[in-house]
Amino acid sequence: MRALSQKFDWKPLALVPVLALLVLPFTGSVSTWITLTVAGLAMGMIIFVIASGLTLVFGLMDVLNFGHGVFITLGAFVATTVLGAMPLWSGSTEWFYNLCAIGLTMLVAMLVAGAVGAVFERLIVRPVYGQHLKQILITMGGMIIGEELIKVLWGPQQIALALPQGLHGSYLWGDAAIEKFRLLAVVVGVLVFVVLVWVLNRTKIGLLIRAGVQDREMVEALGYRIRRLFIGVFVAGSALAGLGGVLWGLYQQNVTTQLGAEVNVLVFIVIIMGGLGSTSGALLGALLVGLMANYTGYIAPMAALFSNIALMVAVLLWRPQGIYPVVYR
Amino acid sequence: MTQPLLRLSGVHTHIGAYHILHGVDLEVPRGALTMLLGRNGVGKSTTLRTIMRLWQATQGSIVMNGLDLTKMSTPDIAALGVAYVPENMGIFSDLTVQENMFLAARSARNMAQIDRARLEWIFSLFPALDRFWNYPAGKLSGGQKQMLAVARAIVEPRQLLIVDEPSKGLAPAIVKNMIEAFDQLKKTGTTILLVEQNLSFAQALGDYVAVMDGGRVVHAGGMAEFSADSALQHQLLGLAL
Repeated sequence: MRALSQKFDWKPLALVPVLALLVLPFTGSVSTWITLTVAGLAMGMIIFVIASGLTLVFGLMDVLNFGHGVFITLGAFVATTVLGAMPLWSGSTEWFYNLCAIGLTMLVAMLVAGAVGAVFERLIVRPVYGQHLKQILITMGGMIIGEELIKVLWGPQQIALALPQGLHGSYLWGDAAIEKFRLLAVVVGVLVFVVLVWVLNRTKIGLLIRAGVQDREMVEALGYRIRRLFIGVFVAGSALAGLGGVLWGLYQQNVTTQLGAEVNVLVFIVIIMGGLGSTSGALLGALLVGLMANYTGYIAPMAALFSNIALMVAVLLWRPQGIYPVVYR
Repeated sequence: MTQPLLRLSGVHTHIGAYHILHGVDLEVPRGALTMLLGRNGVGKSTTLRTIMRLWQATQGSIVMNGLDLTKMSTPDIAALGVAYVPENMGIFSDLTVQENMFLAARSARNMAQIDRARLEWIFSLFPALDRFWNYPAGKLSGGQKQMLAVARAIVEPRQLLIVDEPSKGLAPAIVKNMIEAFDQLKKTGTTILLVEQNLSFAQALGDYVAVMDGGRVVHAGGMAEFSADSALQHQLLGLAL
């Protein structure tokens, strides 16, 4: 008969529109609200790209990788080099060349971050599997070393990361201004989400990752080598962080070695709020964090960081294991 | 007794500071169902986990078809055709019944490649799995989860099936269903090693029996003889079948 099928939990999806509508009266005008909301969603999408890899690393491998930030920073610095090497494409007024420049930059940043991620896993993470305290200490140490190496390669100073010519400016919708780059960030975030959901739900590798998040031992007992999955997920997570670094760098339009560490705080809030190992939870959590950061940044700037911690506390009081819990630890 | 498929000789296992198995000697005859009985905490589940190398044997050998399993990894042991159903069933609760079965079918690259005829046979043993095919496994009842755990282990032909307490916590009707399913499995010639606390379940299915006490096997023989000897049962298990 096969009549019974999975029911999706829709309730958490209401959080995003509820938060947006609750804030509407405090923004002064609808156009300001639209501008802030689109900016918040774009920021959320960038955070999601970064957090999506970390939530799988956290969920599947039970690794507290506080060094994730170094891959974000690395991606951003690689972007300054790659984009800087293509002045004709990035300076062109034609969209096609701008998108080629951005696409190539993202690809190179992902490859470099993924390759460094493989080395990071082998040298730093592998010796401390299953030892949380050591993981925290050694991955933070790894991040500090990584940041210093980045300073050696690119110098200690802040580097400007200019948007390609076609991504400058905003689209006007009434009195609301929607920056072109933010729309691109939303598109990239949606693409990453769609690809991740497809891989995790429609491929055997994806199912193995989801299964491994829940019961690593049983995956091995079924005949699959969890270690290879670990490496693959860590490399993919690092590559996504590199991609997120490119987007974050372009969003800030300048790059510093502290960039990754700054974003790391938001990323950890997102994956705890979303539920360990959950891609959908990470997306929702990231959107909430992005919106909250933009709304409070405008309405009550002093409460900007506190607001996201308060949001996390509120969500965890409602769902102690996160929005879409996959792993119960 | 027929030629053993699996032989454990002098197996010791330590878990942290604890010495759990104290020299287990056990033969699992090919094509038969061997029941591993014993009181709580005597090392039955540890024996199964040691065979799968989920715990490392610190001494002794575990040989299947001439290969020493103690030197192999868990995935390599599974690849030899050993299927394991743990006491907690090991169901991937976030995945659907179909996805659980797909992962267990190692040779299938996509859902369509799961052996259809074998699947129909499994549905005939456990009809609930057909009905809940697209349902999250975590939402199944305890009995249905156990059906899925066993079904997952037999979705492809295996040389050896190792099952830890399949009747644990199940309603009598589901236990009857399980007995019928294992009876069908026996007819396929699959070698089965089964840990059980439910003695009537053990008597209904077992060809051979091994009883553990204090981390070692203290009795091994035919189930028929063991069933007929109530004094021996009382001595080894503290009660009679």
